[in-house]
Amino acid sequence: MRRAEQIWGTVVSVDVRDARDGADVPGALDAVFAWFKRVDDLFSTWRDDTEVRRIGRGELDVAEASPEVRTVLALCDEVRVETAGAFDITVGARAAEEVDPWPGLAPLDPSGLVKGWAVDRAASMLQDAGARAFSINAGGDVAVRGQPAPGTAWRVGIRHPWEPDKVAAVVAVVDTGVATSGRYERGDHVLDPRTGRPATALTSASVIGPDLALADAYATALVVMGVDGLRWITGVAGYAAMAITDERRVLSTPGFARHRVPAIADDA
Amino acid sequence: MRRVVAVVVGTLGGLALLASFHTSATSSLRATAPSTASRPPATAPPPQGSGTGASGAPGSTSAPSTTTTAPGGRRTIDGPSVSTRYGDVQVRAVVQGGRLVDVQALTLPSDRERSARISDFAGPELHDEALQAQSANIDVVSGATYTSEGYAQSLQAALDRAGIHS
Repeated sequence: MRRAEQIWGTVVSVDVRDARDGADVPGALDAVFAWFKRVDDLFSTWRDDTEVRRIGRGELDVAEASPEVRTVLALCDEVRVETAGAFDITVGARAAEEVDPWPGLAPLDPSGLVKGWAVDRAASMLQDAGARAFSINAGGDVAVRGQPAPGTAWRVGIRHPWEPDKVAAVVAVVDTGVATSGRYERGDHVLDPRTGRPATALTSASVIGPDLALADAYATALVVMGVDGLRWITGVAGYAAMAITDERRVLSTPGFARHRVPAIADDA
Repeated sequence: MRRVVAVVVGTLGGLALLASFHTSATSSLRATAPSTASRPPATAPPPQGSGTGASGAPGSTSAPSTTTTAPGGRRTIDGPSVSTRYGDVQVRAVVQGGRLVDVQALTLPSDRERSARISDFAGPELHDEALQAQSANIDVVSGATYTSEGYAQSLQAALDRAGIHS
């Protein structure tokens, strides 16, 4: 069973391949999309009335915010420290003068982590409801659980930056997250915290790892860190990455390369 | 003695660095992090019979080793500063009763100031290839966050359509 809905200014697709007998998959999907709506109400930087926007304006104290917002902000701060500042949700407040503001640009913006975090929670909801094998794709950030068919892995394509209907790589994975941050879809919306200017070191960065919230944030951090970030992430246990450069090179960490499979499956 | 130091640096240097990397979270950014991939790694031990520590350690920048003997026969031996792909590394060996009792890092590359999750020192090479546009048999697509309009043109939308109509 599949469902795709617009939310967060993008589209979230859920593909349930297997569930235990008697599981109410449609009901679970309803609950998942209701959860995504709640996340949007709390975290969106594209609307004035969300908790994140109110905190950014100084109207709401973090201590008074919802548990979800406090959890995410704390996690964002951990990643900021871990990435030596390359991931920083306050960079919007320090955007350089030449940066053309876009509607979602905000002084506090956890978007680089919250989508992955919300999808991981949705994956837990589906599992609790009895779904055994499924993928969730939130605008390019992917969580997979179980096996798409017995004895097989999920084949996750990494999109080609300049050809929307093509992929640059394919990885075979189970029970993990795959997040991508890139400049080709919405323009230069990742700002370098060192300069307040757009990060231009990489065209895109994709991260595989067990926690999609972290994979999502690391992907954003890698766009800032550039090739050195790939070397950094080889030391982060459980995470692997691939980057595409403006020079049309594909760079993969050894862990990522191990997941790579040929683009066309033998049974295609 | 200098050959002994070189061996210590070559074989234990990485280990010592590992032990020294406590959670060293920094709030400041690495201002510059030049790519140094062209330099050889520092993990290879020096050739047997190598006369000096400096020439024995690959990519090393020569700096004479120094030995200090404290009362009680505890000696500290500072190895040469060795250039690695991550920057300069200098290791101090502490010897007591003819036995190596401690190895301390005197100089650490600045871009190694990272989290406690660091699991290796030398760092593996990155796989590097030319970008190719592939038509693939896939289940799901990861990419930069598309807009609702961008989704309509996306491979994911095609997958969703195929699945929903099948």
